[in-house]
Amino acid sequence: MNTALSKLFGGRQGLLGFVILAVLLLIIIPSFLDTFRLNMVAKWLSYSFVAIGLVLCWGYGGILALGQGVFWGLGGYCMAAFLKLEAARSIASEHSDQNKALTTLGIPDFMDWNQITVLPWFWEPFKSFPLTVILIFLIPTVVAYIVGVAMFKRRVVGVYFSIITQALCWIMEILFVTRQGWTGGINGITDLRTLLGWDIRTSSAQHILYFITAVAALGTICVGRLILTSKLGKMLVAVRDMEDRVRFSGYDVANFKTFIFCAAAAMSALGGALFVLNVGFMSPKLVTIEPSIYMVIFCAVGGRLSLIGAVYGALIVCLGRTVFSENFPALWYFLMGSVFIAVTMFFPEGLAGIVNKLLGKIWGSPKAKAPPLPTTDAPAPTDLAKA
Amino acid sequence: MVVPATKPSLSGRHQIPIHYALSIEELSVSFGGFKAVDKVTLYIEEDELRVIIGPNGAGKTTLLDMICGRTKPTSGKIDFHDHILNELAEQEIVHAGVGRKFQTPSIYPKLTVFENLEVSYPKGRNVWGSLFFRQTDEVVRRIHEVAKEIMLDGVLDMEAELLSHGQKQWLEIGMLLIADPKLLMLDEPVAGMSVKERELTAALLKRICKGRCVLVIEHDMNFVRQIAHKVTVMHQGKILAQGTMDEVEHDPRVIEVYLGH
Repeated sequence: MNTALSKLFGGRQGLLGFVILAVLLLIIIPSFLDTFRLNMVAKWLSYSFVAIGLVLCWGYGGILALGQGVFWGLGGYCMAAFLKLEAARSIASEHSDQNKALTTLGIPDFMDWNQITVLPWFWEPFKSFPLTVILIFLIPTVVAYIVGVAMFKRRVVGVYFSIITQALCWIMEILFVTRQGWTGGINGITDLRTLLGWDIRTSSAQHILYFITAVAALGTICVGRLILTSKLGKMLVAVRDMEDRVRFSGYDVANFKTFIFCAAAAMSALGGALFVLNVGFMSPKLVTIEPSIYMVIFCAVGGRLSLIGAVYGALIVCLGRTVFSENFPALWYFLMGSVFIAVTMFFPEGLAGIVNKLLGKIWGSPKAKAPPLPTTDAPAPTDLAKA
Repeated sequence: MVVPATKPSLSGRHQIPIHYALSIEELSVSFGGFKAVDKVTLYIEEDELRVIIGPNGAGKTTLLDMICGRTKPTSGKIDFHDHILNELAEQEIVHAGVGRKFQTPSIYPKLTVFENLEVSYPKGRNVWGSLFFRQTDEVVRRIHEVAKEIMLDGVLDMEAELLSHGQKQWLEIGMLLIADPKLLMLDEPVAGMSVKERELTAALLKRICKGRCVLVIEHDMNFVRQIAHKVTVMHQGKILAQGTMDEVEHDPRVIEVYLGH
C-alpha cells in the first residue's frame, strides 16, 4: 500500500511535495489570510486546474494548447447558468422594486433586457443541479473531442495546432459577446446569489468554497498522477518524443492526443465552475486569448512536467500580477513577458526543475546514478562501410 | 507477371503461389514526376531473410515505407498473408504483423529500457486499454525475455537516451520483437556499429528470423554475406538483380552500378 502510494506520487520526493502542498493549501494559507484574501487565493487556485491540465497535455503530451480558457470558460458558464436561474427564481418570488422593473419573471434579467420572454431551450438543463454538474464536464469535453478528432486525425501538429486553439478563443469570445440575450453579452453573467439555497456570498460560504477548491485541486493532481503512471502516461511521453515510432508500433496516435486534450479540457472546466462559485460572476473577458496565454505561463513557470508545480505556478504568477500590476501597471506586461521568455530559455522545467535540482544536490538524485554499461564497446559512429 | 521459374504456380486464381508470405506486385510511387520506385515485383517466402542492397537513391527505404504504410503507393499491390497492406492504415498494418525499424534509432529517450519495451507490448493498444493496462507477470516475463534476447537485460532501468548507439539499435529491434511480428523490416541495422556490435547483431538476426520473414536494407557487404538467404539489388527504383549472395556478387550489372570494379 505504502509503495503503491509513493509510486502514485512519483517516489518519496513526489509524495512529500504533495503533502507539503496539501498542508500549505489546507492549513497554512487559511489560517493566515482573511476572507477577502482567501477568496482571492481561491480564485487563483481555480486557474491552477487549467495549468494541471496543461502539464498533462503540453508537458507530457507535447500538445501546446493556447486556448484552454475556452474550456475553463465553458465550465464556468455552465455553473453560472445554473446559479443565474436560481437567482432569477428567487427574484421572482420576492416582492421588491427589482422585479417590478422586469417584464418576464423567472428568467435571467439580461434576457428580459434583451426582449427575450421565453427561456431558450439550451438553458433548460441548467434548471437541474445534477444535470448542470454533468454538463460542466460534458460540454467542454465534447468540444475538445470534436477539435481533437478534427485536428489530430488530420495530423495537425505543433504551432499550427496552437494557432487554431487561439482562434477557438476568439470565436468563443465573439459568440458570447454578440449573443447578448443568451449569454449576458460583454457583461457576462452577474449577480449570482445562492447554490441550492445556500448563500455563496457570505464570509463563511467563501471559507467553505475555498476548501472545496483546494481539495478539488489536490484531487485533480491525483487524477493526473493516475493517468501519468498508467501505460497511457508513458504512451504520451513516447508520442511527444517519437511520434512515428508509436504509430508504427500499432497505435492510433490521434486517439491518445485527443484523450489527453479532452482530459485537460475537463480539468479546466472544473476550475471554471469553481471560479464562478468563488467569485460570483462569469464574463467573456475571462475566456479570451489573454487569460489563455496566462494559463500557459502558469504552467511554464511552475514547471510543465510537474502537476504540483502547476499549482505553485498559478499562485505565484497571480500573486505577482496582483502586487506588481497595482504598483506598476504599465510595466506589468513587460515583466510578465520577460518572465515567460526567461523561464522557457533558462529553466525549461520551471520552478519544479529548479527545486528538483536543488534537492538532487542535497539527497543525490536517483536518475543521476546510471547503471554500468554492459559488455559492448562504446559507440563508434563510423562512416558506412560501403563495399 | 514475373514469377520465378523455379517456383511452380500452385494457385490458379492470381498465379501467385500461396506459400509466398509477402508478394509485392507492380509497385510504383512517384514524387512530383520522379519515380522513386518503378514497377517493383518482389516475392518473399515464409521464414526467409532477404537483404536489399543498392546505391543511395535506389528506392530501398521508399519500398519499406510503402510496405509499412508511411508512403502510399501510386499503383501496385502489397499482399501480406492475405492482408492488402496498401489499403490499410499504419496501425492496421502493424496489427497484420508487420514491424519496421527506422534507419536512425527511434526509441523513446525519456523512458527506461523497460518502459520502452512495455509501451511496445502488443496489449492495451487503444486509449482505454492503455489506461487500465495491468503490468501482469506475463508482461514482465516477456519484457525480460526480449531484453535478454537483445542483450539489454542488464540495463532495464536505464533511461534509453543514455544507451550507446548500438544498444539503441538493439532496443528498437526489441521493441518490434515484443510484438512478435511475422514480417520484420530493418533499415540499415548495423550502420554506425563497431565490429563487435556488428557480429552480435548478425547473431541476433540469425536467432530472431526463425518463424518470421525478415527484410533488411544494408550496405555492409560482409554483414550481408553473414545473414542473407537471398539478395535483391535495386537501382534507380527498379530491381536490377536477385539471387544468392554469390550470384549477385558476380553479376556484371551489379558490379557496374554498385559494388564497383
